[in-house]
Amino acid sequence: MLHVGLNHFLVISSLLFCLGIFGIVTRRNAVMVLMGIELILNAANINFIAFAKYGNFGLQGQMIALFVIVLAAAEAAIALAIVLNIYKIFSTVNVDEIDTLKD
Amino acid sequence: MNIYDIIFFVFAITTVGSAFMVVTTRNIVHAAFYLLLTFFGVTGIYVLLGADFVAIVQLVVYVGGILILLIFGVMLTNKITNVQIKSGSLQLFPAAIGVGLFGGVLVSALLNTEWKTSAAEFPKTTLEGLGLLLMNEYIIVFEVLGVLLLVVLVGAASIARK
Repeated sequence: MLHVGLNHFLVISSLLFCLGIFGIVTRRNAVMVLMGIELILNAANINFIAFAKYGNFGLQGQMIALFVIVLAAAEAAIALAIVLNIYKIFSTVNVDEIDTLKD
Repeated sequence: MNIYDIIFFVFAITTVGSAFMVVTTRNIVHAAFYLLLTFFGVTGIYVLLGADFVAIVQLVVYVGGILILLIFGVMLTNKITNVQIKSGSLQLFPAAIGVGLFGGVLVSALLNTEWKTSAAEFPKTTLEGLGLLLMNEYIIVFEVLGVLLLVVLVGAASIARK
């Protein structure tokens, strides 16, 4: 139990994943929702690298983790541009007040 | 319990604790700084897993890029004069129950699985192997990601200044 193995890293990553989902579901501010998404991507990366070490896949898992980091950067840039546009139009970034389609 | 385990638990507690603060604190700027701590903890976990180059990339891209971008987002979308930095939460209770159930199932499932593990010996530095992989097997992905980053650059600029 106290000797660190694969399971420890998997538990850490699933905890991060659950916290990210919690953040996405509960926060009102769109930027905070983005923070939850970053937490989820980090959890996936921990899984990739842990299995790369313990599953004997060579360096392929680390390669995929690098690609995930690149995609996370792209996603954050585009999402923040969209959030700025939303702010310009609605003067708020609270995701529960942007419900024009409902009316 | 050797020094590796102690360092792992320090980083694990840092990561999960600050991630918990990210999703629960009411102040957005505080959440951004707790996210910084989370990214540092994840970097430490990468180093413990023998992924030195990924750890450096994590520091440079996440802390240097994405986090700064998020803080810019916070500053540009809140009226600085009449401070409205605080942000509430919705449906805390059902979300906590749902996420708790999901996490319990996830953790118990992966703890009860017999993973076929074999501790691979990594080379001292992973940089050479990663470079060779990137230029041989993953060359198409590399090129596509380059084009994608260009598209994102142009797209983000044109969306943001419309």
